[in-house]
Amino acid sequence: MSQPKIIVVGGGLAGLSATIKIAEMGGHVDLFSIVPVKRSHSVCAQGGINAAKNLKGEGDSTWQHFDDTIYGGDFLANQPPVKTMCEAAPGVIDLLDRMGVPFNRTPEGLLDFRRFGGTLYNRTAFAGATTGQQLLYALDEQVRRYEAEGKVTKYEAWEFLSAVIDDQRVCHGICAMDLRSMAVQTFPAEAVIIATGGVGAIFGKSTNSVVCTGSAQSALYQQGAYYANGEFIQVHPTCIPGEDKLRLMSESARGEGGRVWVPKQPGDKRDPKSIPEGERWYFLEEWYPKYGNLVPRDIATRAIHKVVYELHLGIDGQPMVYLDLTHIDRATLDRKLEGILEIYEKFVGDDPRDTPMKIFPGVHYTMGGLWVDFEQRTNIEGLYAAGECEYQYHGANRLGANSLLSCIYAGFVSGPNAVNYSRNGSKSTPAQQVFDSERKRQEEINAHLLNNDGAENPFLLWRELGDTMTKNVTVIRYNKNIRETDAKLVELLERYRHVNLSDRSMWANTSFVFARQLYNMLQLARVIAQGAAMRDESRGAHYKPDFPERDDANWLKTTKAYFAADADEPRFEFEQVDTSLLKPRPRRYDVAT
Amino acid sequence: MANSKSVILKIKRQQTPESKPYWEEFELSYRPGMNVTSALMDIAAKPVTRQGKPTTPVTYDSNCLEEICGSCAMLINGQAKMACSALVANLKQPITLAPLTKFPIVRDLAVDRSVLFENLKKVKAWIPVDGTYDLGSGPRQSAEMQEEAYPLSNCISCCCCMEACPQFNDKTGFVGAATIAQVRLFNSHPTGSALKTERLKALMGDGGIQECGYAQNCVEICPKELPLTKSIAAVGGQVMWQAIKDLFRT
Repeated sequence: MSQPKIIVVGGGLAGLSATIKIAEMGGHVDLFSIVPVKRSHSVCAQGGINAAKNLKGEGDSTWQHFDDTIYGGDFLANQPPVKTMCEAAPGVIDLLDRMGVPFNRTPEGLLDFRRFGGTLYNRTAFAGATTGQQLLYALDEQVRRYEAEGKVTKYEAWEFLSAVIDDQRVCHGICAMDLRSMAVQTFPAEAVIIATGGVGAIFGKSTNSVVCTGSAQSALYQQGAYYANGEFIQVHPTCIPGEDKLRLMSESARGEGGRVWVPKQPGDKRDPKSIPEGERWYFLEEWYPKYGNLVPRDIATRAIHKVVYELHLGIDGQPMVYLDLTHIDRATLDRKLEGILEIYEKFVGDDPRDTPMKIFPGVHYTMGGLWVDFEQRTNIEGLYAAGECEYQYHGANRLGANSLLSCIYAGFVSGPNAVNYSRNGSKSTPAQQVFDSERKRQEEINAHLLNNDGAENPFLLWRELGDTMTKNVTVIRYNKNIRETDAKLVELLERYRHVNLSDRSMWANTSFVFARQLYNMLQLARVIAQGAAMRDESRGAHYKPDFPERDDANWLKTTKAYFAADADEPRFEFEQVDTSLLKPRPRRYDVAT
Repeated sequence: MANSKSVILKIKRQQTPESKPYWEEFELSYRPGMNVTSALMDIAAKPVTRQGKPTTPVTYDSNCLEEICGSCAMLINGQAKMACSALVANLKQPITLAPLTKFPIVRDLAVDRSVLFENLKKVKAWIPVDGTYDLGSGPRQSAEMQEEAYPLSNCISCCCCMEACPQFNDKTGFVGAATIAQVRLFNSHPTGSALKTERLKALMGDGGIQECGYAQNCVEICPKELPLTKSIAAVGGQVMWQAIKDLFRT
């Protein structure tokens, strides 16, 4: 059999799992990543990975996992691929176990599981509180093994710029930039898999890593790929506010018994430990008695917003609430949560084993992303997408510990499909001119940026972008404010034309690279904002006080944005959601369903 | 007032691997919670030296900003540290930032640490699974085994241990503590031990584990507190047994 040559862009869980499958099937992978793949954003995932292995005698099942995921996502996800993902999950855990992931164990030596938000079952396998890091390393090690065998070639410190697409709308490779020499080069491939993660940087500060700009997805959207459900942005309820980023405080803190509360008395200045039980308000437990602190993230986030901004009960009048673990013994905390407690200790200076943590919601995850079909194909032939950069598995809200699963699973689907596509296709090799013209187009963008004489600083434009998106297009959304934000984005795009780089050198020029990403962030921000403006309902993470109910009659549909190049702005189509397996029902966590 | 306090940074700059290094000073206004990475972001937003001279944003590696990706290691006041978890309030001023010295420089504070990934390849730091198809669960392991393995698996490949090691240099070609700790991790795994002999052989001879001079700098500097010296001792013992076995076999 032939050895298909496939490009994977992105070295997080999705990219690495696709790479492993391709190499195992006899293909060769050119693996592109901005950072060494072992430093990808997947390392930041903390709490765990879901699989209904039912090792706790609770009667859990893959069907129940599927139901929780669809219900948690407010019925916006197409159901068949979610069902197959949940069915595959126990096998994924077994494989990771065989690859040496140091999952926590029960006394009998079996995998331990804990509870996460949006479910009543202990379904989350975990390796301390650094599960993403441990999973990424296991896959990184397998990829290194294939690299040693010559089946994988890594291009680390390379940035994806665009796909190489011929006039038949078939993808034949990518155009990328060496982040040291700044050289632009094209790379041919029989298929390309995009696994470039999240878009947090569009909101300025978020829980995401520096590389999570959404630049690659935006570039592809501008080249004709559909971008679906962009308006669904998950704001994680528990983050540590910081100067450079919002650091995640994992949902596992609540899974292990952490309780969220505020003092009942506004502006109470007492040390939290000295506030008696009766003067604390455990508002999640009161409002959602069945799920308590483990309601899904969108619900917990809105509750905290309400307590802080409507009831004015934030700690000492500040936008913060307590997340309290101090009632749990230290040995248990160290065994199950040490990694995240250390983060809090290092960056805040207090020991959360002794003092309740101060937390607030922060932008965390995009449910939306590149549109793909059930085979992980985008609408551009030969171009696949997997992981957070695509929209497939989480509907209107993602459940905790489902992202690691969806990344690995989508990698395992896209990899083999890309191999089969390149083996079965009867594609003709495109003329060299197709590659040359794409390279030339990118080089012209670079030349223009480097020679631009303006007064705008890209880092300051970015701060304005983040401020307006965070203020108006996250937890609480009003149409008037969103429209103002879109107008602001148009203004920022106009001002971007006058960007002036303080560094024009052609060696490891990070501000030049950032300026390129910023343009793509601005274009994708318009997709997010306009999608949010259009969707006049509340569903999952998308909440409009003026339209507080879910509206299945009008809005049980996927938003699909495409780029109108002539108008330089997004256009929208809508697609029916496949609800063939579960009939949509009202989503309520305050009562049993 | 804390808010009006300023922060002075002295940063070692170098345009290209071939060009001459030079120092620049910056003065920033302090904000509570400020860390070195946010100071570098402030400079990018306003790249002007303390003397008022326009300059370029500083090139440095960073990604997660929560000390788990291992990117942002640099010399902070002369010590190898992660820039994200280095809080300005805990640092003596002026704060000096310089690139790690034992790795090829890329630009400013960014260096090329791919030697560690190459070393991990040499010692086959992976579990030799048969394939990704469904073969059931992995080997049963006690909670104690997990608690031994987990700290070793926390290595973030920041290379601080190699920077601090007096033996890690061009002359010895020493692999460094991080790689040896991974050998211990994979040798202790029920499936990983299948490659134990090959791993130990890779650590024999020049540049191998014998180069360790027991300075113990590695274990002191490791930001993730890996049991590095314990690992070197354990793997040192394994290498010795392997050498004796080899002796009798030939």
